Amino acid sequence: MYIHIPFCARRCDYCAFSTWTDRHFLRSAYVDACIAHVRLVQSGVVEVVCPNGDTTSTTCQPGPPATLYVGGGTPSQLEPADLSRLLEAVERQPATEVTIEANPDDVTETWAGTARRAGATRISLGVQSLDPVVLGGLGRAHGATAVASAVAAIARAGIASYSVDLIYGGAGETAESWRATLQGVLDLDPPPQHVSAYALTVEAGTPLSRHPSRHPDEDEQASRYEIADTIFEAAGLRWYEISNWAKPGFECRHNMNYWAQGDYLAIGAAAHGHLAGTRFRNTTLPERYVEAIASGRSPVVWSETLAPAARELEALELALRTRAGVPRANLPIGDDPVLARLVQADGGGNLVLSRRGRLLANEVACRLSASPMPSSEPSPRAARRPGRPASPGESARSAETQRETV
Amino acid sequence: MIQAGRIRNFSIISHVDHGKSTLSDRILELTHAVDAREMREQFLDSMELERERGITIKAQNVRVHWRDHVLHLIDTPGHVDFGYEVSRSLAACEGVVLLVDASQGIEAQTLANCYLALEHDLEIVAALNKIDLPAADPDRYAGEIEQVLGLPAEGILRISAKTGEGVVELLDEIVSRIPAPRGDAAAPLRALVFDSYYDQYRGVVNAVRVVEGTLRSRSRVRLFQAGSTHEVEEIGIRSPRNEPVDELGPGEVGYLIAGIKAVGEARVGETVTEAARPATEPLEGYQDPKPMVFCGLYPLDGDELPDLRDALEKLQLSDASITFEPETSAALGVGFRCGYLGLLHMDIARERLEREFGLSLIATAPSVEYVAHLTNGSSQRVDNPSAMPAPQQLESIEEPILALTIITPSEYTGTVMDLCQARRGVLGKMQYLSPERLELIYTVPLAEVVVDFFDQLKSRTKGYASLDYEPAGYQPDDLVKVDVLLNGAPVDAFSSIVHKSRSLDYGRKMTAKLRELIPRQLFDVPIQAAIGGRIIARETVKAKRKDVLAKCYGGDITRKRKLLDKQREGKRRMKSIGRVEIPQEAFISALRLEE
Repeated sequence: MYIHIPFCARRCDYCAFSTWTDRHFLRSAYVDACIAHVRLVQSGVVEVVCPNGDTTSTTCQPGPPATLYVGGGTPSQLEPADLSRLLEAVERQPATEVTIEANPDDVTETWAGTARRAGATRISLGVQSLDPVVLGGLGRAHGATAVASAVAAIARAGIASYSVDLIYGGAGETAESWRATLQGVLDLDPPPQHVSAYALTVEAGTPLSRHPSRHPDEDEQASRYEIADTIFEAAGLRWYEISNWAKPGFECRHNMNYWAQGDYLAIGAAAHGHLAGTRFRNTTLPERYVEAIASGRSPVVWSETLAPAARELEALELALRTRAGVPRANLPIGDDPVLARLVQADGGGNLVLSRRGRLLANEVACRLSASPMPSSEPSPRAARRPGRPASPGESARSAETQRETV
Repeated sequence: MIQAGRIRNFSIISHVDHGKSTLSDRILELTHAVDAREMREQFLDSMELERERGITIKAQNVRVHWRDHVLHLIDTPGHVDFGYEVSRSLAACEGVVLLVDASQGIEAQTLANCYLALEHDLEIVAALNKIDLPAADPDRYAGEIEQVLGLPAEGILRISAKTGEGVVELLDEIVSRIPAPRGDAAAPLRALVFDSYYDQYRGVVNAVRVVEGTLRSRSRVRLFQAGSTHEVEEIGIRSPRNEPVDELGPGEVGYLIAGIKAVGEARVGETVTEAARPATEPLEGYQDPKPMVFCGLYPLDGDELPDLRDALEKLQLSDASITFEPETSAALGVGFRCGYLGLLHMDIARERLEREFGLSLIATAPSVEYVAHLTNGSSQRVDNPSAMPAPQQLESIEEPILALTIITPSEYTGTVMDLCQARRGVLGKMQYLSPERLELIYTVPLAEVVVDFFDQLKSRTKGYASLDYEPAGYQPDDLVKVDVLLNGAPVDAFSSIVHKSRSLDYGRKMTAKLRELIPRQLFDVPIQAAIGGRIIARETVKAKRKDVLAKCYGGDITRKRKLLDKQREGKRRMKSIGRVEIPQEAFISALRLEE
């Protein structure tokens, strides 16, 4: 289950997420709506817009989710009491992974204690950089000292693990300052069991997009990635998805479920969900979401149901980005020596991206083919579309519907 | 039938913007051919493109009555590309009105057309127009006309087509000075086709001038050049609306509709005679249209190839001077090599294809037709640079030459001469029309004129210089073909024939340009310019290192999938040359920059 908290103290210059800095007055009503929605879906009712435009109820498997991820926005901007009652509304098993995203500035001992008592097992800290110059360039407020005290607070509260989010390619960043940030993160006490490092991406409409002088250079970003991968691997943090590294056993199960094309429920404004091949999204505006839930209407405004071939291709595209890789038969790269350097064989007949290949993953993904090549073992899938890769047209035939209002 | 002695046939020779259309309008008004209520400004320029560009591409003609006489105003194409058509229009006249802007003086093309009129022994009635303008200086420009053309300054009329001042006198002067046509109405028919256009409903409509004999409706006529026979469906006059008549006698100008399907079957310059009693000789001066400028036209979307073929065939119904044949380019796909009379003709044809037929086209850089002399003693014509034989097979290359006439204010003489010099021009003659204005005659290779010569001339002289040209044969020069290679494979669309002294510069320019336009690949891509096997310039597009989506937004897998779909679709549309994937837009940008 994913719960979206669309409130931030301020918006970072690069951010294109659905979040608001002027709607804190809505927080309590918003949490009420999320709790009502959680109860509804936990009883097995999920309303999704069907391809013909009607809203119908679909049932999902009732029962506690395997993972719960509270993301944003900035979930740590919720009042502690709101955070507690929200988390407590979700039925859980002892083994449920519960991640809360937090801004280092917000993570006090009090907050960490509340999170712990409410069931958090993982905190994802939005650190981005430890270099004040880079942080300023990203439009972020916190300083490096806040990170150390947040980490100490998490440890003292007894939360089992935490992860650090980093961004590379910001203005003012150098190879040295990037190395210093990486080392600083590994030197935290206690050190993180999980790190995500994302290349700064210029999204349309963001303040960053209007300042070309601050846009990242892709070649430099490639070098930064290589530096990060080297340092993380040396510290025992293993890459398991293009932008994610973890100590074995500490991979984020919630995200792994996304990449395995698993099902997940969507709570909150602008949250995305997936159930058995149907992807859907809730209304973007928090007040609309609150209204929809309060009046018993579905907050879902968009959905698509993928045709089988498109769904299969999507599964391969997701798997390619992970350490699991894809079956050799689905990646026909022939004898091209340039492409051959982008992948390596694992023990079990799969092709996995090499470090160089991870940086060029889109190029590799464009060559994926949903149907195994004729030379491979026959399978039910091969029988469906023999010898022809699924084309983008397949997904065009997939049903997609959009509802403007709720 | 109108008695020949009452007929006066004339054209107006004038520069763009010197007021020809306004004068035509005024004549229609004064002769009551068009009443004021119907008066649409510049009645005769009917084609949309013509009205937009303020020029006349296709000639029209109109019959008006003035006092006891019948005047045929024969409109002429207003651009140097259509010089042959101008000569045929003049061949239908006994005189011309030379119309010159009293604030600007005579321009190159007007001068060239006047010389043409003198060659045809036509009477010239000169008039200075726009005398109502504050900047008008009729005395000065009358002196200039006398100096250049030998027409006595005191005989030059001074009019304002806009206000109507002097137009009545001009009409009287036309009647008194331009000779009446002569011809035997009983002789075997000879009529000149001086214009030909295509009507969607009626097929080809020919503008004809009867020289001898009588053209009758419901007779059978024979076309001398085409060798074909046709039933006359309708003959008539334009006043300016079509009015059918039973017969047209010597000196009369009218239209002929005879079930002709395409203008190419009854070309300008054709002689019409009677099938039952044909004349023994055609009229003089017929020429087949000769394309001078060539370019490849490709549909932006390869699926539109049949539509392009269809559109070209339809265009040819109304424009017999366009030629086209299929051509395949590794870079641009399948399209057509098209030939045109000149640059404006090329632009107009392309615009008509896009506007009237709704096509999106890519055009290659304009080229000319070379003659390649091979070492084995044979020769071949080459209108596409990529088809030029390899240097080791070549003995020499000849290229078409133009005789340029440029009239410029004398203060710009230096910069105009620099331009001509840079374009391999050779100065032939230089004469002052007046202390302030100068006529320069240059011979310049056509290939040097097709690439922005006219724009350069205009910008260097702040728009004051004017240009006319005529073909002046072929000349050999030290020409080489420069190929552009991508990862070792030639890109045909960028092959160019250039002078040897310019080849290095061209090679450097093209490789640098392509380095900017070609997206980075998974490997380093060399871009080379070569003459034969010899590399003269090189650039490299470095391999890309990063092409990955960083993050998926809170479980929004769809966004990521759509981005990949888009990238995959983009790859599908790319052209692959030497294993290098290139979006078509890169070629289009490179071709655009080259212009």
